[in-house]
Amino acid sequence: QLSTALSNCFKCDLHRLEEGPPVKAELTREQGLQYYRTMQTVRRMELKADQLYKQKIIRGFCHLYDGQEACAAGIEAAINPSDHLITAYRAHGYTYTRGVSVKEILAELTGRRGGVAKGKGGSMHMYAPHFYGGNGIVGAQVPLGAGIALACQYQGNNQVCVTLYGDGAANQGQLFESYNMAALWKLPCIFICENNKYGMGTSVERAAASTDYYKRGDFIPGLRVDGMDVLCVREAAQFAADHCRAGKGPIIMELQTYRYHGHSMSDPGVSYRTREEIQEVRSKSDPISMLKERMLSHNMASVEEFKEIDIEIRKQVEDATQFATSDPEPPLEELCNHIFSNNP
Amino acid sequence: FLEPEASSCEGMMAAAARLFLRGANSKLSIAPGSLGTTLLKLSPNCSSRTKTQRRHAAHFTFQPDPVPSQYGPTQKMNLFQSITSALDNTLASDPTAVIFGEDVAFGGVFRCTVGLRDKYGKDRVFNTPLCEQGIVGFGIGVAVAGATAIAEIQFADYIFPAFDQIVNEAAKYRYRSGNMFDCGNLTIRAPWGCVGHGSLYHSQSPEAFFAHCPGLKVVIPRSPIQAKGLLLSCIADKNPCIFFEPKILYRAAVEQVPEDPYTIPLSQAEVLQEGSDVTLVAWGTQIHVLKEVASMAQEKLGVSCEVIDLQTILPWDIETVCKSVVKTGRLLISHEAPVTGGFASEISSTVQEECFLNLEAPISRVCGYDTPFPHIFEPFYIPDKWKCFEAIKKMINY
Repeated sequence: QLSTALSNCFKCDLHRLEEGPPVKAELTREQGLQYYRTMQTVRRMELKADQLYKQKIIRGFCHLYDGQEACAAGIEAAINPSDHLITAYRAHGYTYTRGVSVKEILAELTGRRGGVAKGKGGSMHMYAPHFYGGNGIVGAQVPLGAGIALACQYQGNNQVCVTLYGDGAANQGQLFESYNMAALWKLPCIFICENNKYGMGTSVERAAASTDYYKRGDFIPGLRVDGMDVLCVREAAQFAADHCRAGKGPIIMELQTYRYHGHSMSDPGVSYRTREEIQEVRSKSDPISMLKERMLSHNMASVEEFKEIDIEIRKQVEDATQFATSDPEPPLEELCNHIFSNNP
Repeated sequence: FLEPEASSCEGMMAAAARLFLRGANSKLSIAPGSLGTTLLKLSPNCSSRTKTQRRHAAHFTFQPDPVPSQYGPTQKMNLFQSITSALDNTLASDPTAVIFGEDVAFGGVFRCTVGLRDKYGKDRVFNTPLCEQGIVGFGIGVAVAGATAIAEIQFADYIFPAFDQIVNEAAKYRYRSGNMFDCGNLTIRAPWGCVGHGSLYHSQSPEAFFAHCPGLKVVIPRSPIQAKGLLLSCIADKNPCIFFEPKILYRAAVEQVPEDPYTIPLSQAEVLQEGSDVTLVAWGTQIHVLKEVASMAQEKLGVSCEVIDLQTILPWDIETVCKSVVKTGRLLISHEAPVTGGFASEISSTVQEECFLNLEAPISRVCGYDTPFPHIFEPFYIPDKWKCFEAIKKMINY
């Protein structure tokens, strides 16, 4: 059980903060393997979803998270299961890190009764205890997140709400309404902008007057973080959570990240960015490779161990796929179920 | 519950659907669960495999109109191309016209604005950030200042952040300024309606929300020829217009569309085929469903149906619909949007006021159920031809 101090986190850009998260992070072997496992599971799950979509077994809209795994894994490593999290539609990774099995996620994508939302929600609408989805309308989840933070404050339970959104949503009016309320009432809300450089097909430069998303909260302190490095994300999220729990009010984190797939399965993702750009990120900044190489170079694990984990994950995803393709669809009475509160 | 002809799977579905409709319409305290269980018992022969396969087939067949001869040379165009043509004509003839919205610059997510930026310049065809409220508010400003503003909302499902701007600002501008200002130069376009896999947020038909707002015009075309003519009318119209485009028809609907500009008048419903026994009213995609239903009714029941495309939802052509009902005595209105508060309720209410003594049977509404637009239950949810056919049978036998 080797424990290594890794001075890999570059100093974060800070806004209205005297100091940021530590530039050194500690990683134990167990943690490393766990983060690897989490990220690799999300990666393989998303690639399986891609495959199933192309086979028309998954239909509708499907927004894949591969490339951004370090964000979900790093955030989850820093918060408690009793904390709250809400995000937009690129949500499969967070659904997993918040505790839903690959089986239930894939079955929800294929629209079966064993899916986490009973097959009624699909890709964009997956939920779990303390995980509020899974939201289709861009930016609409942010005021909700602020509200959850208000509930935490009101109940005095020392919990925080992580409220995620993308670079596209950063230009929605309701975000600024949320920033104002959160700051005014010092809500324990961690606003996190996952900046993957493109709002669908529009690059950030063409959409935003200011692309310093960590500063867009103006009076709310912010930090900009390398979202491809799971340790940077973890340290920053830990810092942010401590800030909120200390009663200092909201904080904004910008995670600079990248998605390999297009916006959704309908978008090849190469008409607004070059294949070279995608390839460069894959080869130089892939979150899973980076963690693996770091652990290997510090002798924290062996190549065989990683291979074994990969094989296990592959089997897990295959089993989940088997379930997701054979489970029956929800019964017709579900069409009219859960519109209002049902009397059982 | 079973009808003699309900031996086929589809027949059973129709019978089941009728039960559903009855349950949905009645105020009984039947728990939805029990109704659903009864439905399941009605369809023992339907395997889930059959249902999955059928899900992939469209619920309608697009029926093109004959080639118009009065507007000059025509070209084969699908729905999105006919929209592009209308916008092209507009930008060419009106130097103040601008088109804006999310992703319109590269051509739009449904390709309605392909080529326009290259042809007319980036100051006339430009992207906005992701902010519907901002897009419409901005559009109102552009229109009030005197330019022709054509704003695109990427999906009608996303129009709600802009609802306040549309209802409170755009619709009331002329009225509250005593005619000093108006935003008649504003046209809002949005893809609309079910598409087979759109689920909750890519399938909605929100026309009823806007029908409730005096000061707006709401228009929905059924085909490329109609779309171009109606869109050009909306752009020319001196009132703020919302133009909903049936997204399932963007590629599926192909017709010979005139290249030159032409207008089709607003607030004039079109009688597509004459009949003597039942009046069928719809708009958009649903017209094609009703045309098929009319054939079915003729073939299987010997019932002659008059099919009317309402086209303009607000203000709607009361006269044409009532004239038809006076003749036939029976009215069926069909739309995808949920039945409660859907636009069919407005039509139904007005028609019974105007034509009460002419009615042979209660007015029938075959619409979506009162649920969010479902993820995988779409084929059961939409008002398909079987449900409409059953409704006609009921009216004839009343």
